[in-house]
Amino acid sequence: MIFANQHLETLTVNPVKETNRTVLLKKVMNNHTIRIENLDVYIEDQHILKDINLAVPEKSITCIIGPSGCGKTTFLKTLNRMHDETPEVKIKGRVYVDDLNIYDKGVNVIDTRKKMGLLAQRPCPLPMSIFDNVAYGPRIHGIKKRKAINQTVIQYLQYVGLWDEVRGRVRSSPSRLSIGQQQRLCLARGLAIEPEYILGDEATSSLDPLSTKKIEELFIKLKEKYTVILVTHTLRQARRIADYIVFMYLGKIVETGPTEEFFNNPKKQLTREYLSGSFS
Amino acid sequence: MRKIRFVKDITARHFMLGIAIFTILFLLVIGFSLFFKALPIMKEKNLWVLLTSANWKPFKGDFGFLPYIISTLYVSLIAIIIALPFSILTSIFLNSYASRSIRRFFEPVVDLLSGIPPVIYGVWGTLTIVPLISNKIAPKFVDFSTGYTVLAGGIVLAIMIIPLLISIMTEVFRSIPREMTDASLSMGATKWQTVKKVILRKSFPGIIAATVLALSRAFGETMAVLMVCGNIAQIPHSFFDACYPLPALIANNYGEMLSMPSYESALMLAAFLLFIIVVLFNGISRFTLNQIEKKYQFS
Repeated sequence: MIFANQHLETLTVNPVKETNRTVLLKKVMNNHTIRIENLDVYIEDQHILKDINLAVPEKSITCIIGPSGCGKTTFLKTLNRMHDETPEVKIKGRVYVDDLNIYDKGVNVIDTRKKMGLLAQRPCPLPMSIFDNVAYGPRIHGIKKRKAINQTVIQYLQYVGLWDEVRGRVRSSPSRLSIGQQQRLCLARGLAIEPEYILGDEATSSLDPLSTKKIEELFIKLKEKYTVILVTHTLRQARRIADYIVFMYLGKIVETGPTEEFFNNPKKQLTREYLSGSFS
Repeated sequence: MRKIRFVKDITARHFMLGIAIFTILFLLVIGFSLFFKALPIMKEKNLWVLLTSANWKPFKGDFGFLPYIISTLYVSLIAIIIALPFSILTSIFLNSYASRSIRRFFEPVVDLLSGIPPVIYGVWGTLTIVPLISNKIAPKFVDFSTGYTVLAGGIVLAIMIIPLLISIMTEVFRSIPREMTDASLSMGATKWQTVKKVILRKSFPGIIAATVLALSRAFGETMAVLMVCGNIAQIPHSFFDACYPLPALIANNYGEMLSMPSYESALMLAAFLLFIIVVLFNGISRFTLNQIEKKYQFS
């Protein structure tokens, strides 16, 4: 489960009945694969993320929700060190991925990013054919054998359900694909680097309902193998697919919890207000 | 009240259309006037002979333009070959690697470089490049060279078009969406991999367009080239031969030999040839650019 430190306390104060879910939680708590400690992020002089403490359980979907400008995307970017590309951003604190602080000196940024498959807000195919888009990851990481690359490309295009749709034209440009297909292509491309984590930054916000549904189904399928962290601003989506919710407001984590518990029995006043739509 | 607004709108539209047509008319006017001025020599001699003969003896009535045409192409080609790697790598550095403060320093300096008058480049070339070629470079390849050579022209011209290329190319690279480079980087690509496989590929049509623009500029550049390339009417056989491009021919002789009608007409033909070279070159490159863009239509 995803627990801010203060939430761990509330759990011990309110012991819950031993159900399937709590068993799962206990199991999961020993397997925190991403652990964030005392994370502060500044962009120029603005304090964007304030003292974030969080542990993300593996093989599940964690949704980060909160109003625009609360730091969701900034948070997601700290996980794969994309802030390295903007010198104005300063980061304090520790982010452990598989028990390695990715902000330690000497940690290779490329190894960190290779573990994280990122799905951006809008699909952004690279300027090359559909095939080469998926093959891009394996190629940059040094795989040269044609057979292996072919296999990987087909495997992941099948995985996202795109193979049958693009079968005859994998050598052509992805610009003629629909935007939903492009997003699935981008997901296949991200999976082809064989990451351990999937990060989604409002990955369905530019898609129509049908494409959104397809992507959501894929996320649910993905959590069997991967740990999925999604930023979303649609509460309904979070409710549909998330196992755990993190609610952020003004750069702070307000409340975390398993989805049902979070929506049915929010503990903080602020959460209740947000869920009832008093502010957004 | 309403009517006046519409009348104003329509007048403005037609007025601006007129101005736009007027601007384009200049191209035709210049082209035609050069053509008519060059007509006497074309009637007097066979045009094919004029274009393919290397014999230039105005006082005997021999006007062979081949040395000039070849010199023009030769010098421009060397210039672009030298300038392209420099400007592509500089623009990539400025776009993808340089910190904001470095960029802020570089960009005005590059603009300043393109604002320096050609004659200054010419003087500088005469004082540094020419002796350098004559004393250091040429002796390694040929027995003797004055230094006033194709190579000197090419180098000076390259230095002149590099700022132009850099400022266009940084614009081209800047127009690549941030999401695209981020997509590549987030997959664990290094910057260099991203540059090679995403940025250069995406901006290939833009780089071609910049090259065309720089070449057109190079064809017409007169003063700086004239000062360093030797101005001898011969077909240059190596880098270390002197040459005589078309613009230099016109600038050096126009106004002096006007007592000879055929000479004046020949100079006009030189101007017309230069005009045609630039127009043809632009046309062909626009066509190929369209083809490339069709081929590279990857999002």
